Amino acid sequence: MAIAQIPLEDRPGARAALRRNWNLVWADPLGRVGVVLLAAIAVIAVFGPMLFPFNPQAVGRTAADILRPPSAHHWLGTDELGRDVFRATLSGSRISLLVGLLATAISILVGAVTGLVAGYYPGWPDSVLMRITDFFLVMPTLPLVIALAALFGQSLGIIVLVIGLTGWPSTARIVRSQVLSLRERQFVVRIRSLGATDLRIVGSHILPNVLPLIFANTVLVIAGSILSEATLAFLGLGDPVHVSWGTMLHFAFVSGATGRGAWWYFLPPGFGIVLVVLGFTLFGHTLDRILNPRLRGRG
Amino acid sequence: MSLLEIQDLGIRYATVGGGVQAVDGVDLSVEAGEVVGLAGESACGKTTVALAIPRLLPDNASITAGAIRFDDVDLLAVPEREMQRVRWGRVAMVFQGAMNALNPVQTVGAQIVEPIRLHERGTSAAQAKERVGELLEQVGIPAERAREFPHEFSGGMRQRVMIAMALACRPQLVIADEPATALDVMTQAQILNLLRDLRARLGLAMILISHDLSVIAETCDRVAIMYAGKIVEHGPAATLFGTRAGGGEPAHPYTQALVGAFPNIHRERTFVAGIPGYPPDLASPPTGCRFHDRCPVRIERCRTESPALRPAGGESHEAACHLVGEPSS
Amino acid sequence: MNTPSDEPVLRVEDLHVHYPVRGGGLRKRRVVRAVDGVSFEVRPAEVLALVGESGCGKTSIARAVMRLLEPASGRITFRGRDVTHLRGEELRRLRAEFQMVFQDPYESLDPRQTVLEAVAEPLAIHGRATSPDERRALVFRALERAGLHPPEETARRYPHHLSGGQRQRVAIAAAMVLDPSLVVADEPVSMLDVSLRAGILKLMLELREQRDLAYLFITHDLSLAWVVADRIAVVYLGRIVEIGAAADVIADPRHPYTKALVSVIPVPEAGHATEQILLSGETPSPTSIPPGCRFAPRCWLRREKGDPPECTTADPSLLPEGGEHAAACHFA
Repeated sequence: MAIAQIPLEDRPGARAALRRNWNLVWADPLGRVGVVLLAAIAVIAVFGPMLFPFNPQAVGRTAADILRPPSAHHWLGTDELGRDVFRATLSGSRISLLVGLLATAISILVGAVTGLVAGYYPGWPDSVLMRITDFFLVMPTLPLVIALAALFGQSLGIIVLVIGLTGWPSTARIVRSQVLSLRERQFVVRIRSLGATDLRIVGSHILPNVLPLIFANTVLVIAGSILSEATLAFLGLGDPVHVSWGTMLHFAFVSGATGRGAWWYFLPPGFGIVLVVLGFTLFGHTLDRILNPRLRGRG
Repeated sequence: MSLLEIQDLGIRYATVGGGVQAVDGVDLSVEAGEVVGLAGESACGKTTVALAIPRLLPDNASITAGAIRFDDVDLLAVPEREMQRVRWGRVAMVFQGAMNALNPVQTVGAQIVEPIRLHERGTSAAQAKERVGELLEQVGIPAERAREFPHEFSGGMRQRVMIAMALACRPQLVIADEPATALDVMTQAQILNLLRDLRARLGLAMILISHDLSVIAETCDRVAIMYAGKIVEHGPAATLFGTRAGGGEPAHPYTQALVGAFPNIHRERTFVAGIPGYPPDLASPPTGCRFHDRCPVRIERCRTESPALRPAGGESHEAACHLVGEPSS
Repeated sequence: MNTPSDEPVLRVEDLHVHYPVRGGGLRKRRVVRAVDGVSFEVRPAEVLALVGESGCGKTSIARAVMRLLEPASGRITFRGRDVTHLRGEELRRLRAEFQMVFQDPYESLDPRQTVLEAVAEPLAIHGRATSPDERRALVFRALERAGLHPPEETARRYPHHLSGGQRQRVAIAAAMVLDPSLVVADEPVSMLDVSLRAGILKLMLELREQRDLAYLFITHDLSLAWVVADRIAVVYLGRIVEIGAAADVIADPRHPYTKALVSVIPVPEAGHATEQILLSGETPSPTSIPPGCRFAPRCWLRREKGDPPECTTADPSLLPEGGEHAAACHFA
């Protein structure tokens, strides 16, 4: 029986799969918007501060330099200390992204491992891990940050830690439910009946089938983490030294700039947050639709 | 005049790669009170034909040719409002796997009442309830169970509920698509027995669709065999499949091979036969007879010329094969 | 594969498989007695079919034999060795000797593995053929034997490039690559088109000839068992109610359940409807097994004989004991 008549429409291999998925994301209009936004943000964050290397801490020399609207000298005007808002926005992008990415890294790592173990070993490991997950799920972010900040002072580290620690339960649940269903699939049962060790089953069969889901989830968690950081920073709990967009908004509010209508101060970081979160969300949702077999609709 | 007359039906599905002519030049007729079987393996087009009759094809399907005349009315030309009255009221359908499509949060009685309320507007709640009870008893379920939920019924019982639902508005024709698949053999026998019984009592006409020739042979008066979107043979069930008394005389090589693929405990214990190769890709159908590349008795002509249905001996028995007689017209 | 020809490949003695049921009282843990005392053996190079309707316990028997679950009690002997309570590394090593082929060809293979990886995996798990070239050679040979030509082409593909029949052949190749002595086939062709079944079944029987392989063939399709198996065991509610040579069980069924099943076997012939013995209702679930003979509530023979008392008081055993064709009925 010859195989020849089956068309080899897609090549095997990870690289081909990557290209296929990329094409699918690009083909989707919302996915395309998301990717473009992310590319723009990435360029700004990576190259922005490098291309405009004047000192962001340079405070204004006179009172007249405070809260100046956009001009040729200061493209986005100045803040309440006479600092250049444009430059602050550029470096703020780095901080916002950094916190988002680091916090997500913690979330995904803890969440994925927990989900994997809980899903693969039903019985007491699952019960114990799920109770711990529930504990962290209901943990209130705000009081925790306030408490830790009071104890250890405000810093990026605390923010990253708290967002990471309160964000992993959702990933854990998603991964766990996927692992639970994968575990009972016929090919996994078959491999088990062959005598494969748990390590091999989880590593070679469960994980590769869960990774796409984790990846899509990661992107969405990044969006959430950035938003969380912005919220916490806006409330004044951010790192005062490493100014993120959220912190800028905080100072804009606290210094009365918002009351005075100094839109050039709070709109740029505000838009920045919106656009970066939007970018990750659109990209993440598109990925989810492509990679999650259950969500695949018609056509 | 037949109750249902399908003439030269053609149905095409629009797909990403182009289009697929899933049904091509199909003729089928059903007389009142008759059970006609439509048999064939997966993707031969039988379910597509079935869905076309009540006009329930998916959006990407289009009728490319032909007519479906029900009681001398062309169902394909009729407006949708009229079609809604035909559906269920005159032509009812038991879909494939329907027993798993019952609404889990509604009682079985409520689900059977729905078509009654929709089609027979004047019915009062009490009358409808009584009718539901009657229908359930007719299919062998105690009437009190109308207030139970689908999960409280076994697979076989749920299938009976689906049949009751199909009979709710007293249709003239019931189309049953794989009514006994996925059921245990004993349950299957019970369901088929029920269908035969209902047909006798209510004078129903039925179209029975199945890949299982045994189901078809046991329950149908006449049978049409489909392959790759076309009807390759049709005739009385006794002629095609034979009875206890004598063997059948299927004329088309595909039918012969297909019959050979089903074990028959009443005959010699030989190994089942298979058919080498695969059904053709309907996106680019082969030239000539669609079965020729798998046919054990093909001749040169089969590759180039598509055979028309022609008489194959026996009453109203036709087969589409060059090796069987000459075309009728 | 050096079994002396009279030693059964597999011997199952008084197997019980219980599944816990949640709910009920705080104390009593209710169980579903899915397999309630089953004994049989599979002889070398024999095909034994376990036939029964859904829920009868045949799949649980298969899983217990494959040690995919722990039996509640009983003994499983594989080539003379008691494997009932084997664990860990010993069990793992034993798994090379018996393999399973599953029902759904679309679910048997990991969608992310190529055919080559899928068929080579058993070798990797059991440390056979350590060099990649050696492994490829063995995989290609297995694919070729399973009727997939050319093997090099097939090996490069992913499961979604293959049809159902081809996937099932890959699953069979993966089962054969370790040269097992027993293959447990759980409905291996029920999800394939009828015209494709013969090919797969023929392949399985050929492999049996070539390698002296024994099969435990699980199916609900009695006529398929009749064609393929040497012996048939009919399972009802967790017990074997009849066992014997395939031709005998079908031509001369002794147990009333078998008689009813045989009478309703679908055949591609018209006019058999009248001879059917239709049982009433459906197969009960094994949550509450009646006392005495478990088939009594639905038994037509019992009704015919005017309700004899032993049917509801005495649990019949397979008789004649150790006979070639036995049935568990007081009136067989």
